[in-house]
Amino acid sequence: MSTLDISLQRQRARTFGENLIRIFLFAAANISVFTTAGIVLALATDTVSFFAEVPLWRYLTETQWTPLFANQKFGVWPLVTATLLTSFIAMLVAIPFGLVIAIYLSEFASPRLRATLKPLIEILAGVPTVVYGFFALIVVTPFLKQFIPQISSFNSLSAGLVMGVMIIPLVASLSEDALSAVPDALREGAFGLGATRFEVATRVVTPAALSGIAAAVVLALSRAVGETMIVAIAAGQNPQLTLDPTVPVMTMTSYIVQVSLGDTPYGSLSYKTIFAVGSTLFLLTFVMNILSFRFVRRFREVYE
Amino acid sequence: MAAEQSVKRDILSQDLEFRPSPQARRLRSFIFLILSNLAVIIALGTLIILIADVLISGTPWLNLDFLTRADSRFPNRAGIQVALVGTLYMMALTIVIALPLGVMSAIYLEEYAGKDWTTQLIEVNINNLAAVPSVIYGLLGLQLFVRWLGMGRSILAGALTMALVVLPIIIVASREAIRAVPQSFREASLALGATRWQTIWNHVLPYALPGILTGNILAASRAIGETAPLITIGALTFVPFLPRDILDRFTVLPILIFNWTSKPQREFHDIAAAGIIVLLGTLLLLNAVAVLLRAKLQKRY
Repeated sequence: MSTLDISLQRQRARTFGENLIRIFLFAAANISVFTTAGIVLALATDTVSFFAEVPLWRYLTETQWTPLFANQKFGVWPLVTATLLTSFIAMLVAIPFGLVIAIYLSEFASPRLRATLKPLIEILAGVPTVVYGFFALIVVTPFLKQFIPQISSFNSLSAGLVMGVMIIPLVASLSEDALSAVPDALREGAFGLGATRFEVATRVVTPAALSGIAAAVVLALSRAVGETMIVAIAAGQNPQLTLDPTVPVMTMTSYIVQVSLGDTPYGSLSYKTIFAVGSTLFLLTFVMNILSFRFVRRFREVYE
Repeated sequence: MAAEQSVKRDILSQDLEFRPSPQARRLRSFIFLILSNLAVIIALGTLIILIADVLISGTPWLNLDFLTRADSRFPNRAGIQVALVGTLYMMALTIVIALPLGVMSAIYLEEYAGKDWTTQLIEVNINNLAAVPSVIYGLLGLQLFVRWLGMGRSILAGALTMALVVLPIIIVASREAIRAVPQSFREASLALGATRWQTIWNHVLPYALPGILTGNILAASRAIGETAPLITIGALTFVPFLPRDILDRFTVLPILIFNWTSKPQREFHDIAAAGIIVLLGTLLLLNAVAVLLRAKLQKRY
């Protein structure tokens, strides 16, 4: 064999190895696609067999949720309203706080202050949710009792408020990213016309970043809807159709936790209910996530 | 009449906007500044109250016995040993599974992927998975690992589930780290005849390492704190014995804290606070390591 042949052979071996690595990496990257497919499949199998036993109209029209009782009712609305109620309360905290902090960090704070404050606020997002649940039940609810004596030990108000605090960093940091991405020329133009800092921030920069902020808010809502431990600990275990924030309720996520804690036999109807509820939750958050990505894309199209 | 009034009001307010009143306008800036400072103080104040409360109720219970005893039906005999070991197992195994997969995904997306539909599909999936509620991953783990693959409610099933939860975090962080390596490094290596993979392995990854490690520590923090997916796959709330291997049943610190918090007795709430101190302490330690590691490695390159 000539040296040329050997080097050609080496070349081939190298190309073969490179291709193998490429295929390997491609396979690893596809884990994400398989995970989504897995979620859909895992949820769908038992959801389908649930709806084979319980017709969809009962799931959507009954007003009680008692699948674990002798008199079974399968109306999902008590779980959905409870989820929306706690999420709504959370957003009442997270949106104003998150937005004000974002505007402050992006438009008012000095770079040094911003570098200090941002990681401090991010700590709020790093605290495990079970700790927030403990805080809501043991600290916030007794505190609220001083002002609202009739409030129950488990209630959506305290769970929602604490969840809101947890979500502040999400709203703040995503909105701040959007605000910072607004070109300086817009600010300079407004300053040049004699606008104050506050006017530049609220009338020029915020409207310009609106779709980015909308993306942050929708993503935060999706997080609130899917949040589990805070509501499972502090909001109660009573599925009831109510908008009263002082009484115990049961969200979709706390129902899944409640059933998981019990020893529910595999394949039983109550086992299947958690997948039906899980599918509902997945669909709800999926729609919100897609909506949020749309907003982000629109924002990027304008400025990047 | 009413319409007329509202028109009048409109004109009035427009009039106000056009009237130069620098003091009023500056005052608005000032009020906003006060409000925003208040928002920061309230947000951070909540964190401080949370930590202070946990420290006050938990510290008296915190001693060596608490760390080395198993759980018990009596609060003064209960300890966190089994859960702490479970948490460490869970963290280590999760990272062992998720780190290579996440970094490989990131390398593919940054160094190999073209702008075709497969790449877009992968990216859309990663974005969506990052926002899927963790309890949904628990349902996936329950079906896929516990039932279909027959792993039972084991540490392995829990860690595989948790690996899927943290995978998007690792991928996003690793991609950022890889993207930050200057293009000229790659060009120099390729110009000298190195293959693509040799370039990545010898010249891109070493420089991206600090960022990748930081992302992994973030992922480990998440794995330690997550509770919902593990409850969903059926991790136990009361385990009196240490796990023997990764196919054994298990519990973790957050589940123990959840269990104690759910009990009506005051003493259990106090030991839950003590458990929270250990949990937050572990997280703090982990993040301190991340900061140090980052500083040290960045100095080297």
